[in-house]
Amino acid sequence: MNVKEIIEFIAALLMLIGAIMAMISAIGIIRFPDVYTRSHAGTKSSTLAVLLTLTGAFLHFAVEQGFYSVRLLLGIVFVFLTAPVAGHLITRAAYSAGVKMADSTVEDELKDVFENREEDKGK
Amino acid sequence: MDNYKPNNMILQTTTSLIAFLLLGFAVYLLFAGHNSPGGGFVGGLMTSGAILLLNMAYGSLTVKKMLPINFTMLIPIGLLIAIATGLGSFIFNVPFLSHTFGYFTFPIFGEVELATAMLFDFGVYFTVVGVVMTIILSIAEDQ
Repeated sequence: MNVKEIIEFIAALLMLIGAIMAMISAIGIIRFPDVYTRSHAGTKSSTLAVLLTLTGAFLHFAVEQGFYSVRLLLGIVFVFLTAPVAGHLITRAAYSAGVKMADSTVEDELKDVFENREEDKGK
Repeated sequence: MDNYKPNNMILQTTTSLIAFLLLGFAVYLLFAGHNSPGGGFVGGLMTSGAILLLNMAYGSLTVKKMLPINFTMLIPIGLLIAIATGLGSFIFNVPFLSHTFGYFTFPIFGEVELATAMLFDFGVYFTVVGVVMTIILSIAEDQ
């Protein structure tokens, strides 16, 4: 195996791991009990899946055709920045809307903060 | 709900980074349109997407202060640019909207192919930004 074949193998492996990550994320979204754990599965592992797949595609085109796609790098940066923020905003909106947590939840630390804020509003 | 101030720090910090990325990519799409996917339409939509993201994170009043542009005026400006590129062909005694291109050498970029179709694309770009921003802002500010 020369260097080119090794890098191509790494690219294929990255894309395969990315696909497996996406499937794990999908299974997590189906099986977790409430919106907060689902967002935990939906944002973290899907972000990693997209990053791995894009890195694999970048490596593939770089080795196969000598084409260094700046757009793929930009896409990696973009998804890495935006997907966790989107998850944060969705769960925050869900909490503000009063979505119930799963029955197995033991502690809600944000509850006191939100109740204090309700009192501040009255003043 | 009067003095309730939501804590938007994470969204605003990300937006100030992402908006630059989006605007840069929009300009890239606008200039790439001749030889690869892109063009005035996608570039215009991307630009209005970036401005909308700023609007969502910072509120429309702040964005109005930041970008003092009357987006309704962009529509006639874009249409005038498009018509002007069409009328320009009359100067050289050729049919309406005839386009041409040439090769020019610049200090940094080297030899660049410049086409007059690019100017028409600028017209499309301004019109698309104006139309999309006018539609969405007039819906959003409707009380």
